[in-house]
Amino acid sequence: MAKITINQDRCKGCLLCVNFCPKGLIKKSTKLNKKGLNFVEADLKGDCIGCMQCAIICPDCCIEVYK
Amino acid sequence: MEKIFKRSESLYDVATHYCPGCGHGIAHRLVAEVVDSLGIREKTIGVAPVGCAVVAYDYWNFDCSEAAHGRALAVATGIKRVRPEKIVFTYQGDGDLAAIGTNETIHAANRGENISVVFINNAVYGMTGGQLAPTTLLGQKTATSISGRTKKEHGYPLKISEMLALLPGVCYIERVSLENPQEVLKAKRAITQAFENQINNLGFSLVEILSPCPTYWGLSPKEALDWIKLVMRKEFPLGRIK
Amino acid sequence: MAKTKILLSGNEAIAQGAIQAGCSFYAGYPITPQNEIIAYMAKHMSVPSGIKGQAPRVFIQAESELAAINMVYGAAAAGARAMTSSSSPGISLKQEGISYIAGAQLPAVIVNIMRGGPGLGNIAPAQSDYFQATRGGGHGDYHVIVLAPASAQEAYDLTQIAFDLADKYRIPVMILGDGILGQMMEPVKLSAGKIKVNSVKNWALGGCQGRKPNIVKSFFLREGDLEEFNLRLQKNYQVIKQKEQRCESLFLSDAKVILVAYGTMARIAKSAMSQLRSEGKKIGLIRPISLWPFPQKSFQIKNSKVKYLVLELSYGQMLQDVQLAVNGRQQVEFLGRSGGGILSQEQIINKVKKLL
Repeated sequence: MAKITINQDRCKGCLLCVNFCPKGLIKKSTKLNKKGLNFVEADLKGDCIGCMQCAIICPDCCIEVYK
Repeated sequence: MEKIFKRSESLYDVATHYCPGCGHGIAHRLVAEVVDSLGIREKTIGVAPVGCAVVAYDYWNFDCSEAAHGRALAVATGIKRVRPEKIVFTYQGDGDLAAIGTNETIHAANRGENISVVFINNAVYGMTGGQLAPTTLLGQKTATSISGRTKKEHGYPLKISEMLALLPGVCYIERVSLENPQEVLKAKRAITQAFENQINNLGFSLVEILSPCPTYWGLSPKEALDWIKLVMRKEFPLGRIK
Repeated sequence: MAKTKILLSGNEAIAQGAIQAGCSFYAGYPITPQNEIIAYMAKHMSVPSGIKGQAPRVFIQAESELAAINMVYGAAAAGARAMTSSSSPGISLKQEGISYIAGAQLPAVIVNIMRGGPGLGNIAPAQSDYFQATRGGGHGDYHVIVLAPASAQEAYDLTQIAFDLADKYRIPVMILGDGILGQMMEPVKLSAGKIKVNSVKNWALGGCQGRKPNIVKSFFLREGDLEEFNLRLQKNYQVIKQKEQRCESLFLSDAKVILVAYGTMARIAKSAMSQLRSEGKKIGLIRPISLWPFPQKSFQIKNSKVKYLVLELSYGQMLQDVQLAVNGRQQVEFLGRSGGGILSQEQIINKVKKLL
């Protein structure tokens, strides 16, 4: 059991986390944040393994990981 | 549930000015994580460059100095010699460290100054709009090499890390990459090594980080990471240089 | 060392003055005619300062003037009393760093033992860097305090004052001399007692233990911030202009012609004045010691018949400050040589006699 939280207002929508999530749980949102950027959102469904790949590659330190 | 990945104390909880997918954000975080993991935040003094990372001190929660373009290692020399018990590092881009500041870089290294250097190589000048850098690859198009860098017109990409490795005053040089999470973790280990060397009074240490600049490479953030892996690493091979 | 007099060149006197002032960091690069400073510092900075809790003194022969001034920037940022020295072409190279030091509000002492210019010029004494020194020198709206000694003793004393002023106002201070002053040997009375450095530098870099991080910088990107910062600098400059004018004035009460000269030129002017006074001629002298701030207050003479004769080893740089100070109330004349030529006592006397 693991989960992540994303600071969506801080997110710049670079999508690196989307590319590196081994479970494909992170997606680009259709909504815009305060910056006017498409942020990312996670649909974890209990599949998150807490591997931290998303947090490690995030250039904006938007992701926190819990396990 | 326990939080297993969170923002380090040395990294302020603020948004950065960097473009989406820029490697500076990752490199800043790694420096902050290393400083905190070594428990040296209250004795660390950073020297910020001129270039995209000019306001790095707005993101780091420890003492910092600005330096004029290229002069970071002269400034750091002054700080470290006056405060030898503090941990002093510079954070410099390729234009800063390997073009305008080549002289300061080589001589600080040659004196064996007990300083750690975080060297961001993204093969382009970012802050000023994507011009040719000393590390721009042959064929790479920039604002000032519009048909691509040629050896005849611009010379070859400068391998300053390999040059510095020749100097006896240099203790440690490693080239790392931010191309994927595994390599990011290796980069963090290298930065840790560079700081530990200073703590142990071993002399000049430098970590060259191949870092993405999606904006001036004209690539998406993911394509930029792939370009490091497939193209940039051929010119700048990863691993321990010294 | 109380009341001891020793024979020192002007350059050595500056170096000894710096050591006496508690200078704990020196970085320099060889250039004639100031090499005695770097050599003296190399020798004497290796001796412990004796100041409790202070790290060993640091001497570095830098790889360039640029590196030297930026090392001084770093050392000053870390709280040290720091100095560099050079001569004209080298000072041109240092201007980038001096601008940054001014912009970061760091205290530092910079010595310029001037030589002939422009370009590589020659190694003869000159005063042709006056504009560069007193107008700021590098980019931006800033000033450095400029002190111009005229003897080895004064070089020693003013260098100590320079460190105090630098700390007090958080400003670069320049000692402006020339090759004659630098190389001439004179007896110097050394200050008595122990070195005292009292300044508290709570802005300095030393690790953020128990406080918020300190940042040393001159970059103000947000709209309005740089203007506000510049206004703060200007306010500091106004205080300095009011409080730190330094000048030697002789025989102003009866003088019909007042010679105005600084540094080495003032010594020759003084000899000319003595000769003329022995002939019964009413001649006075104003010797600016602080070139910035310029001692304007010393030029408030009411008699409109008085004439000023400005003497310089340049083609008229301080002349402009004298004209500004006199503001048209009296006639201002000029006599100067540049490029290594030195005005003789005879040339001065001849010119004065034409003015009387």
